[in-house]
Amino acid sequence: MDLKGTSALVTGASRGLGAALVHALGKAGARVVAVARSREALQGVVASARAQGAEVHALVADVGDKQATYAIAGSAAALVGPVDLLVQNASTLGPTPLPLLLDTECEDLQKVLEVNVVGPFRLTKAVAGSMAARGRGTVVHITSDAAVNAYPTWGAYGVSKAALEHLGRIWNAELAERGVRFLTVDPGEMDTRMHADAMPDADRAALARPGEVAAKLVRLLQQDQAPARVELASFPVSP
Amino acid sequence: MTVAQSTIEVPVARWPRDNPLRERLLAIDPRGGRFQDHRVGDLPKLLAPRDLVVVNDAATLPASLRGRTGAGDAVELRLLEAPVEGSARAVLFGAGDWRTPTEHRPAPPRLKVGDQIAIAPETPDPVLVTVAAVDPERPRLLAVRFAPTPEPLWAALYRIARAVQYSYVSAPLELWHVQTAYAARPWAVEPPSAGRPLRWSLLESLRQKGVALATLTHGAGLSNTGDPAIDAALPLPERYEVPRATVDAVAAARAGGGRVIAVGTTVVRALEGCAADHGGELVAGAGVTSLKLGPGTRPRVVDGLFTGMHEPASSHFQLLLAFADDALLRRAHSHALSQGYLWHEFGDSCLVLPPRLRVA
Repeated sequence: MDLKGTSALVTGASRGLGAALVHALGKAGARVVAVARSREALQGVVASARAQGAEVHALVADVGDKQATYAIAGSAAALVGPVDLLVQNASTLGPTPLPLLLDTECEDLQKVLEVNVVGPFRLTKAVAGSMAARGRGTVVHITSDAAVNAYPTWGAYGVSKAALEHLGRIWNAELAERGVRFLTVDPGEMDTRMHADAMPDADRAALARPGEVAAKLVRLLQQDQAPARVELASFPVSP
Repeated sequence: MTVAQSTIEVPVARWPRDNPLRERLLAIDPRGGRFQDHRVGDLPKLLAPRDLVVVNDAATLPASLRGRTGAGDAVELRLLEAPVEGSARAVLFGAGDWRTPTEHRPAPPRLKVGDQIAIAPETPDPVLVTVAAVDPERPRLLAVRFAPTPEPLWAALYRIARAVQYSYVSAPLELWHVQTAYAARPWAVEPPSAGRPLRWSLLESLRQKGVALATLTHGAGLSNTGDPAIDAALPLPERYEVPRATVDAVAAARAGGGRVIAVGTTVVRALEGCAADHGGELVAGAGVTSLKLGPGTRPRVVDGLFTGMHEPASSHFQLLLAFADDALLRRAHSHALSQGYLWHEFGDSCLVLPPRLRVA
């Protein structure tokens, strides 16, 4: 897709990959609405992207809150036009240090599913109907190798990402013929606060920079064809 | 013309029903002078391959703002349109709430330019609105300007305002009760309700039948204010945008012998208003239309429409007269009354559509 002038909505936009994506999409000419819970962190991201000439709008909201669904979808469409690209990047690990399943509170699993699966479902439901009616649109689900591999202590998060990936497959089965595509993207291990929360002892030098990963994702989006699941770690750095 | 009939109270659906596809659909053939009872789920059987269905993808914005004037009077402001650069036209209502029919609400205080209303004054972040203009003949009709908010004005609206309510519903409506399944930009202050029963399963059945789908955006205003001077002027000029893809889809339907079916009076107004502004030709782009269709107008783009049930006294009924004659529509109305059809935003539907001409 040509990102120039495209209306994009990015969740989890105040830090890490989300913040980097706001910059990268803005640089590629997209009109971006950046959603996050923290007003201060979000405003910092928006200010720096605008300083580089990007059109970016800040929207403070929690994708885990059902009441926020129409506020996010409606405000975004009002600010930048009907949404052509939705990046479902917001997610939560649940409590850290990550617990074994036998130590996981039922309520914590529910909360992780609410933010990582139900929230993205609600937001897509509010946005993808318009995409389908217009016959075009792209939704990106940011996932993790924890969706595929059974790592001890990654229970709630891994289950939520596995569910999110399957959600994307079913969305694709239902909407591909309407011109709406769903991409599941595993960004790989990045040097982010989420990674530090999950694995505080990791060697940061071995982790990818969110900005480089965001640039790869933008190049992936600019391609007309992409597999439904992509691991960005093995995606070439430049064309 | 029987005046009595236009004042008959119609039965009303007081809440969204569970299965829109089971709702009633009265199919009216204006050429044959006939009508027939169906269900909404029968729509694919009533349309043909290469027909084109055009929907209004305007989302419904929260347009009911409750507040207090500087003098301390409780008021409700209903926006007539989505704000553009912080300004919008609006209608002022007095104390009380949606449970009272608009025509029985107490009159609001008379405001003058420069007066301010604090919206959601009980919340930590109220929003200040300033009266920018007062209509000289209809003093409840205002232009208002929103004070800058720390968030985009849109986010503030979703926080402090609610969907416009109807006195006949059984409980307060949330935004999800009034959104269509394909809503995009929040331009409508009341829902483009003709599209409410169009679930995606139905749109999929239409696609499998070979019926095309296209969108436009039309900022539907208030349907009723209870102020006779304002209501007589409704609908006021409204904003629309017709995408290039929709202009192409109309041309393709025409070329293939298909019919153009508008979903709701707002789609008729946008398509015909756009054509009227461009010498009879549908042109991609945005505009404002003040077109009012009636018995004397000849539609240039739209062949028929799928819409709600409209009473003979309503302005929507006047629009139907552009598609079918008065006697037929009144017979159909009497039939629907006798068959227990339901009216208003959550009510049943009708399809006014001539049969397809055989291609020679």
